[in-house]
Amino acid sequence: MSEHVISSKLYVSIWATLMVLTAVTAGVAFLNLGPFNTIVALVIATCKALLVVLFFMHVKYTSERMTKVVIAAGIFFLLLLLGLSLADYATRL
Amino acid sequence: MSSAALNPERPNYLNQEYGIRSWLLTVDHKRIALLYLLSITFFFFIGGFFALLIRLELLTPAGDLVQADTYNKLFTMHGMVMIFFFLIPSIPAVLGNFLVPLMIGAKDLAFPKINLLSWYLYIIGGVMMLHCILTGGVDTGWTFYTPFSTAFSNTRVIEAGLSVFVVGFSSILTGFNFVVTIHRMRAPGMTWSRLPLFIWAHYATSIIQLLGTPVLAATLVLVVLERGLHLGIFDPTLGGDPLLFQHLFWFYSHPAVYIMILPSMGVVTEIVACFSRKRIFGYNFIAMSSIAIAVLGFLVWAHHMFVAGISLYSALVFSMLSYLVAVPSAIKVFNWTATMYKGSITFSTPMLYSFGFIGLFTMGGLTGLFLAALGIDVHVTDTYFVVAHFHYIMVGGAVMGYMAGIHFWWPKISGRMYPEAWGRLAALIVFLGFNLTFFPQFVLGYMGMPRRYWQYPPEFQVLNVLSTAGSTILAVGYLLPMVYFLWSMRYGKIADANPWHASGLEWMTTSPPPTFNFEETPEVTWEAYDYANIPAPEEVPVEH
Amino acid sequence: MSTSDGAIIAEPEHGPELRHQFATVEQQREASTLGMWLFLSTEMMFFGGMFCAYLVYRYWYYDEFAAGSRSINIWMGAINTGVLICSSLTVALSVRAAQMGKRKTLLVLLVLTLLFGLAFLGIKGVEWHDKFVEHHVPGLSFSAADLVRDYPQLHINPHHIQLYFSLYFAMTGLHALHMVIGIGIFLFLTYKAWKGAYTPGYYTPVEVGGLYWHFVDIVWIYLFPLLYLIDRKPL
Repeated sequence: MSEHVISSKLYVSIWATLMVLTAVTAGVAFLNLGPFNTIVALVIATCKALLVVLFFMHVKYTSERMTKVVIAAGIFFLLLLLGLSLADYATRL
Repeated sequence: MSSAALNPERPNYLNQEYGIRSWLLTVDHKRIALLYLLSITFFFFIGGFFALLIRLELLTPAGDLVQADTYNKLFTMHGMVMIFFFLIPSIPAVLGNFLVPLMIGAKDLAFPKINLLSWYLYIIGGVMMLHCILTGGVDTGWTFYTPFSTAFSNTRVIEAGLSVFVVGFSSILTGFNFVVTIHRMRAPGMTWSRLPLFIWAHYATSIIQLLGTPVLAATLVLVVLERGLHLGIFDPTLGGDPLLFQHLFWFYSHPAVYIMILPSMGVVTEIVACFSRKRIFGYNFIAMSSIAIAVLGFLVWAHHMFVAGISLYSALVFSMLSYLVAVPSAIKVFNWTATMYKGSITFSTPMLYSFGFIGLFTMGGLTGLFLAALGIDVHVTDTYFVVAHFHYIMVGGAVMGYMAGIHFWWPKISGRMYPEAWGRLAALIVFLGFNLTFFPQFVLGYMGMPRRYWQYPPEFQVLNVLSTAGSTILAVGYLLPMVYFLWSMRYGKIADANPWHASGLEWMTTSPPPTFNFEETPEVTWEAYDYANIPAPEEVPVEH
Repeated sequence: MSTSDGAIIAEPEHGPELRHQFATVEQQREASTLGMWLFLSTEMMFFGGMFCAYLVYRYWYYDEFAAGSRSINIWMGAINTGVLICSSLTVALSVRAAQMGKRKTLLVLLVLTLLFGLAFLGIKGVEWHDKFVEHHVPGLSFSAADLVRDYPQLHINPHHIQLYFSLYFAMTGLHALHMVIGIGIFLFLTYKAWKGAYTPGYYTPVEVGGLYWHFVDIVWIYLFPLLYLIDRKPL
């Protein structure tokens, strides 16, 4: 992790973005978008998570390669658990 | 590397401080390793005691020693204790804790206090398990399958589940410590490609401990919540799916078997190189196959569920992936064999155990491929074929590797040599006892004897009697080292720094090592397994 | 540190925070942050197990999950999401304050973080109480009759809907437990900060505690749409 000091202005703008995205998620839930409701909700949640990880958790500014490897490994194995389990449920007759 | 005997009164980690407080509050990884050695040996004998009762019951076809419910408790407690309190910690918590800092040239692990915490969590989980056993035990099988465990069992499921939850954290913390230590605390010059393969094996094991155990933790929490607070998650009457439990359970428990075997493979690699006086053949292949086993091991869990009700398509996928995971293990067996080819072999005790490992692990592994084939699995699943398969790997493989490692590094740990003749004798007894116990079980399973049954048709009796006879021989083989290791601590020949003339940084410090491992931080300029430049000992030290 | 023959080796200059197993403060910091990230990956898998159960039952019993999500209060959920985002801001700013040696600012921000955390738990408590009053707690005289009556357009099986609520309580309960632990960690950090333990040369515990807090926030970022927003469109 670098010694880079991030400006408080940047933090506040990330915070504002996160609040706006929260409001958008809640608002969009009341619209009828069929299957896209879930997709939109998850995409927005992932964007929020990315903002927290990259900026609040400093991953964008780190010089540590292992940090990114650890995050990627966690996500990979999580998706493995979810994907292969759901594959069973999706293919049961 | 002189072979002059060292003064045992020289300050080392054992005599640095005396008193129970200095042990119970230690942060020295070597002392913590010994604390673990005592604890897991204790639980090994508890698990072994249950095994003995099982084998006694199975001497006769009728259920005449214990009642059926009691028998269910016997195999459950045998499994839970052996897996969670012996096998999973064994090599990592004892040999890993002791050797990882030494092998990489560090003074200690990255987080010594967390290391101590992991031992205390092990003890707390162990006490809970003992209490559970003494107040009636559990009868769900070590697999806790729902809805029996959540709704129908009348035994102490919550306590057992919580004890495994706690000891799981012990495992996670050990893995976590190793990964950070290996990444951040290698001595100057100790590049990744110069690391002993023991370290690579523990690194791969730690990945599994870190990423798999939490899923077991979550699953046990759900079981406890369902049973205790009636938060139905797996309850079929609510539309819950018992198979969901199995998916979540096996997502950890299959990689768990790789937690049990990978460290043994690391041990065997070190020993095979040393007692063949040769560089390991295919260093990169062994290192990469350790990582491959760790990753691929997460892709095969539903092969435990082929007949449970998963879809045919996912069964096919998991079957194929299970074949794939055998490949890296096979690569290792080829590499060990190639290492021994044209080597100068010494049949020391560690080497005897390693030979046993290679042969028995291969048999266990090949029978795993039988089980991965859907057509065969339908017939032999839940029979003694499966029981034999996993005991070949876990006992013929992992435990032999553990014994090999304890013998090999005993001089380093205790500063004494064990009696070599007795060591070899015990290794032979273990090998014979093991095969007599478990080979008949392959035949029994193939003939159709189900597992976890307390009585069986009379035509299976002969093989069962052979198996029980084997188990008593095996027990003798395990008791012998207990006796002679203890004997050696007082009367064993004093060991010098490197009695085996092995490669590795741990052999370049005194036996036993000082508290901070090295007088000066080593600087590594040589490749691993540099046996071409290490003269062999005149003979393997033999002590009667 | 003395060698075996008694000679004393001079140790490099460092503060009391450098542990003996590390050679430099930088190595210690890198080890600590790698350690925390590894721990967070284990937490990802821990919550992941529960997310797996959730996804399976949502796939099987969509209507019941839709009804269940309508029965919880979206405004409280959204406000709680906002509260946690604010707390993540104060956490990030507190790491910055520590980095810059601003002790007073650091203390204020840590205390604000604690207040936001407690606010989150308070609102969660209110939500849980509401569920209790409505008999939506499995195992405590559970009854989904009101939901079956209110949402005739959704084909609600009163048994299956219990699965939604079981998962709701299991997941929000475990999340709340992690919040409590986080508050404990930040109480400790606040105490140490007040004692002046954190300087621009050593603020690793604040950084590492911050990573934990942000992670718990991220879990909630996913819990909010998955539990509260399954199906809110007009029926």
